[in-house]
Amino acid sequence: MLSVIPIRLSNIHKKFGNFVASENVSLDIRPGELLALLGPSGSGKTTLLRVIAGLETQDSGSVFFGEEDMTSIGPKDRRVGFVFQHYALFKHMNILQNVAFGLQVRKKKLGLSNAQIKERVLKLLDLVQLGGIEKRLPSQLSGGQRQRVALARALAVEPKVLLLDEPFGALDAKVRRELRRWLRIFHQQMAITTVFVTHDQDEAMEIADRIVIVNHGRIEQIGTPQEIYKHPASDFVSEFIGTGNGGPPVPLPANLDVVPKIKEYEVEAGR
Amino acid sequence: MSQAVFAETPTKLLTQEFGRVVHRDPLWARILLIGTAGLFVVLLVLVPIIFVFMEALSKGVSVFWQAINDHDAVAAFKLTAYTSAVAVGLNLLFGLAASWAITKFSFRGKSFLVTLIDLPFSVSPVISGLVFVLLFGAQGWMGPWLQAHEIKIIFAWPSILLATIFVTFPFIARELMPVMEAQGHEEEEAAVTLGASGWQIFWHVTLPNIRWALFYAVILCSARAIGEFGAVSVVSGHIRGETNTAPLHVELLYNEYATAAAFSIAAMLTLFALASLALKAMAERWITTDAYSDFIFRSKT
Amino acid sequence: MGRTKSKRVLPGFRLTLGFAIIYLSVMILIPLLGLFAKTFTMGWHAFYQTATSARVLASLRLSFGAAIVAAGVNAAFGVVIAWVLVRYKFPGKRFFDALVDIPFALPTAVAGIALTQMYAPHGWIGKWLAPLGIKVAFTPLGIVIALVFTGLPFVVRTVQPVLASVDPEIEEAAATLGAGRARTFFRVIVPEILPALLTGFALAFARGAGEYGSVVFISGNLPFRTEIAPLLIITKLDQYDYTGATALAVIMLAISFAILLFINFYQHGRSVAFRQGAV
Repeated sequence: MLSVIPIRLSNIHKKFGNFVASENVSLDIRPGELLALLGPSGSGKTTLLRVIAGLETQDSGSVFFGEEDMTSIGPKDRRVGFVFQHYALFKHMNILQNVAFGLQVRKKKLGLSNAQIKERVLKLLDLVQLGGIEKRLPSQLSGGQRQRVALARALAVEPKVLLLDEPFGALDAKVRRELRRWLRIFHQQMAITTVFVTHDQDEAMEIADRIVIVNHGRIEQIGTPQEIYKHPASDFVSEFIGTGNGGPPVPLPANLDVVPKIKEYEVEAGR
Repeated sequence: MSQAVFAETPTKLLTQEFGRVVHRDPLWARILLIGTAGLFVVLLVLVPIIFVFMEALSKGVSVFWQAINDHDAVAAFKLTAYTSAVAVGLNLLFGLAASWAITKFSFRGKSFLVTLIDLPFSVSPVISGLVFVLLFGAQGWMGPWLQAHEIKIIFAWPSILLATIFVTFPFIARELMPVMEAQGHEEEEAAVTLGASGWQIFWHVTLPNIRWALFYAVILCSARAIGEFGAVSVVSGHIRGETNTAPLHVELLYNEYATAAAFSIAAMLTLFALASLALKAMAERWITTDAYSDFIFRSKT
Repeated sequence: MGRTKSKRVLPGFRLTLGFAIIYLSVMILIPLLGLFAKTFTMGWHAFYQTATSARVLASLRLSFGAAIVAAGVNAAFGVVIAWVLVRYKFPGKRFFDALVDIPFALPTAVAGIALTQMYAPHGWIGKWLAPLGIKVAFTPLGIVIALVFTGLPFVVRTVQPVLASVDPEIEEAAATLGAGRARTFFRVIVPEILPALLTGFALAFARGAGEYGSVVFISGNLPFRTEIAPLLIITKLDQYDYTGATALAVIMLAISFAILLFINFYQHGRSVAFRQGAV
């Protein structure tokens, strides 16, 4: 099993010039949960995600992965899987090379051969239901496919935590709905602490274990979708959530058989 | 067509290849404009090029052949080739380093740095040579010290190299910066999260993305380095067979009234210039294809 | 918790910036500084003497004067060429487009001797002009023609992309409002390409004033009459008059910088006025 670790943000402050992106944010992310950072544009949610990844350095405060203080550890060594909003796939590599990248750069350290790397990558691509396209270039794929390649690439290195920045933002509505449900199932199989950023309250309500509502760099409320819907902590929260389809959120069934073709995947003990 | 030269009627619209709308200017106007432009460019540019080749062969092919195989000519070609290669190589390193620093990071004084990089463009080539004479010439700042240590810079190849570097300094950086700027740094960030080191990122992610722009930049820089005349003229000493680059050798022959020989060397240089233009056009096509597929890439959902 | 130092995400900042700055300083800044240092050590009197000597003034007038005329010619024809390349389709257009780049790629010395031979009294073109009493080689006219050659790509290549990106809808709007082609051109298109045109003009001008290789053969180099400033610098150097050469060089640089600065301010002013709605 991939080790599931909790993440703790402690008193995070971050300013960009005069703009306060995060103000004294503290957050405990439970191991293995699917957490949504939800808020309007400019609320600072992406900043928090990037702080966890080490892509932004906070002005003050700390990030803990389990018991480890990550402050002095850069993004290169934090072992986070980061999925960018616009996927950031390597344009001039094919899908196989893209997904294998993280393994290739650590090939010696991990003691893997090219054949082993290829095998892992193909398994992962099967897992995200993209088997058979490994020789194609990113430009030949649709947005939804690219999204899943980005996900596979992030997972290939067996990260401690999975971070997704507006993963479905660039997709059209139908694909978005389909993929987010798939992500929920996928997450339950992978058992990895996952944080995703979104401005779409339907999305957060539908698939997250817990939601953190962010506004102007501050946390407005943390809770399960049910809690937030029933007991909004402020006017902002009730207004923000209220513009949904009306009615309480319907969580996806825990019953996996309902969902199309997810194969069983056995993850080797992480090295 | 009427004397109402510019009729007050709306123009017809025509859709062209990529859906761009093209206005149908009246035929006579088009012929006039194309004719004028064509005549101007042909007379100004094409005719001299043809002239170079005709003059080179004016005394027959054997004279041409002799001229370019002459000992001093070959030495001149070699000197040009070596100094250009080194100058372009060094400026390439600089261009890559500067572009990386400028486009992937934000820091204070960035636009000032960019302005400084552009400086050599506004300096006359002769002045570009002068500055090195002032530094290293017999009466220059370091002149006495150099003489004492028997190091020759002015009137020897090192000064030719320095002058060429100075004149072609901005070319590669200027070509790379807009391309790298437009590509952003998301792919590089992704590579960082996947655990890649600096060199791995540069080699596997950045370089493939800029390869055609790089190729284009090197061609531009090389053509300029090879053709440099003014700056090198100041520092080289014009020593026949030793410190004459090919353009300087052309001047030498021309001043000796060995016109056919001069134009023979010139013809070789012209051939090279034309070849580099052809390569440039090729690179441009690939860059546009890349940019076009980037555009499709980003807009597809 | 304690303060954390802001770290850069991508690696290699210090290495690349450091190398770039060092290389820039050694290759460019220090040599240029040497030039200005020399100016200061020579004293105002020596500088003034050189700056106002008749020969120097004549050479500056010639270099900058010819450069302005040539840049003007290139501006006018450059617009036509850019227009034709962007707007029309005709056989040989690609070839024509490639021709425009030749002055960029061709060694200046090659251009210099070719133009001189062609415009000399017995040359290809010169012999047609001689009976008309027009002398080109070894006159300022020859210098202008050489500078027109060298500066051709500057205006065309600066204007081309801007012209290509002019929004067709603006022209359509003008047309539907009843404007003829000429009026549309001057009132709608020209203002849009004017900044680029000005930039191209400035570039051609700056390049032409300092041009040496393409000009020195055709110019005749008679002091006070057909001696361009760059050549005068070299002549002074040959005579070991470092002071004079430096003074002239600094004056040339100052004028070029002033022109470029003026153009920049003008551009900036226009865009500010535009934003404030004055234009």
